[in-house]
Amino acid sequence: MSSAPPLPRWADIGLLPLINLAIALVVSGLVVLAVGEDPIRAIDVMIQGAFFYEGSFGYTLYYTTNFIFTGLAVSVAFHALLFNIGGEGQAYIGGLGAGLVCLALDAVLPGLVLIPLAILAAAAFGAGWAFVPAWLQAYRGSHVVITTIMFNFIAAGVMVSLLAGPLIKRGQSSPTSRGFEESAQLPDMQEVLGFVGIEIGRSPLNLSFVLAIAACVFVWLLIWRTRFGYAVRTLGHSPQAAAYAGIRIPRTIILAMAISGGLAGLMAVNEVLGVQHRLLLNFTAGYGFTGIAVSLMGRNHPIGIVLASLLFGALYQGGSELDLEFQTITRDMLLVIQGLIILFSGALAYMLNPPLARVIASIAHARRPREAPA
Amino acid sequence: MSELAFQLLLTLDATLRLATPLIFCALAGLFSERSGIIDISLEGKLLGSAFAAGAVAAVTGSVYVGLLAAIGVSVGMSLVHGFACITHRGNQIISGLAVNILASGLTVTLGIAFFRRGGQTPTLGADQRFQPIELPFTEILQHVPLLGVIYDELVSGHKLLVYVALIAVPLAALVLAKTRFGLRVRAVGESPEAVDSAGVSVPWLRYRAVIVAGILCGIAGAYLSTAHGAGFIREMSAGKGYIALAAMIFGKWRPWTALFACLLFGFLEAASSRLIGIEFPIIGEAPTDLMLILPYIMTVVLLAGFFGRAEAPSALGTPYVKEH
Repeated sequence: MSSAPPLPRWADIGLLPLINLAIALVVSGLVVLAVGEDPIRAIDVMIQGAFFYEGSFGYTLYYTTNFIFTGLAVSVAFHALLFNIGGEGQAYIGGLGAGLVCLALDAVLPGLVLIPLAILAAAAFGAGWAFVPAWLQAYRGSHVVITTIMFNFIAAGVMVSLLAGPLIKRGQSSPTSRGFEESAQLPDMQEVLGFVGIEIGRSPLNLSFVLAIAACVFVWLLIWRTRFGYAVRTLGHSPQAAAYAGIRIPRTIILAMAISGGLAGLMAVNEVLGVQHRLLLNFTAGYGFTGIAVSLMGRNHPIGIVLASLLFGALYQGGSELDLEFQTITRDMLLVIQGLIILFSGALAYMLNPPLARVIASIAHARRPREAPA
Repeated sequence: MSELAFQLLLTLDATLRLATPLIFCALAGLFSERSGIIDISLEGKLLGSAFAAGAVAAVTGSVYVGLLAAIGVSVGMSLVHGFACITHRGNQIISGLAVNILASGLTVTLGIAFFRRGGQTPTLGADQRFQPIELPFTEILQHVPLLGVIYDELVSGHKLLVYVALIAVPLAALVLAKTRFGLRVRAVGESPEAVDSAGVSVPWLRYRAVIVAGILCGIAGAYLSTAHGAGFIREMSAGKGYIALAAMIFGKWRPWTALFACLLFGFLEAASSRLIGIEFPIIGEAPTDLMLILPYIMTVVLLAGFFGRAEAPSALGTPYVKEH
């Protein structure tokens, strides 16, 4: 294997991820075929459902918003070589922060003050939930992967006991909070664009999408344009070099994880302030885990993450159409596709690296003599 | 015998039943991780094999064919994990995650395709499930005070796989401590270079370790759907694979201490389901939701090194690159 030539940069960034994605999709197609349905028709239904039905693109972008936040969260930690699997729990607790602010203050504060406050609370609570595993990693050497997994379950338990207990709406048995007042509801995109005269179909897409794009810019600036980002990337490349360069490693670990958790917490802004307008169980719905796939596919870069989020947004929205159109395939098929993407684009990302590099090198080699006489 | 003591006995009985899948999975994780391969895919293997056992037992009518199918599927999933982590030196966490997510999706998708019951497998009749085994001497011991009740309620009357789990622990301890394979597994998890320079293949050894993990998870899955339950239900594993992972870490990657952790975590689950809605003096209603997350909290505290130190195998998570 070591004899393979290095892969050119364009192939590494562009071609290889596309090939891996294609393999994942082909295998997904085989699963569809195996359960007795037509994969081509399934893809057609998903594409129609994701982009072309009335209002469906709004839904796609609404899912995309969630994935941008959770994908960015994973990527920031990953730049410091930290694997934050706790996005799910951090988003959950972030929602708690936003929800508590809204439940406490929605009767007294106007939206212009309340909503920024709730957004800050979402980020702060998410960051706080990541802080404990981060601190334990930095100062006690406890592996952040295991502790963040544990913290996902702890978050779920905390939310169940809070929503079934002190936060439950009086006089009902299902564990949800009361609905927020209108001042705590993030405006719909339909409303916002309607204000400037653009009409779009009804969808849950809301202003959080703008916040998500802003978060992308923030992450890009943070990682590639600040001293802290430099420290994070140095630590990610070589902890020894970072230590030698005088970078304070524990502080960098904790900050990177806290920012990661804060970004995951912001996902709750979309769900809690933008769509649900109350606190409820399991609103994170696995988006935190999908963030890992998004970050992997997007190669931890904001632009890649936006593209990957769009892909997953389309998969989620298109996938919900599967339920309506097919007898045997449901949106659970999404998990299969997602699992295969994580497998081929993540765990087996470099399986095809050596053969692809050889093919490219031999093509380049074959061309050279022909070009020489000219 | 007082009512309270009898309740405690029933809780301990439930503890054994709830701890059984944890014991198998924790031992599975132990073999994989002692060889240097992180295994967060216990959850997925548990789910996948539970589905296989439920589906095959329903179709063939044989619980043992179901068990074999469960082991087969689980080993297959282990091999996927191994292919990514051992052969292609992929990230072990990402690979484990992929296996888990795939298991969630595939069990339901295939379940709907095969049985059209929203992802469940058909309910299994009594002869398609593992049945309780009455141990000998229950009759005789019945008249012995205390011991008779304990023997009847706690020791006797479990399903075969519960006893298999309890036997698996000393067996695993023995394999790891005394056999050539066990010693090599431990060595390859600490220092693969040393194993390699002794002329033993690191990949093959690690493959064998993850296959053992697959077999153990497969038995756990069969237990869930054909012994504890009567058929497969979607998301049946419900985080048990992760609790087992926690138990393995809490048991510091050793069989006996892992057994203790599994029993402890099983007890918390058994007790919390019995305490729902019961009022206590001073603390009021029992905080059962919080009791269920205690295993995770305890594991984090242990990992933080606040009581004892949990030392992972030193080569855990690092792919081995053979030097030329």
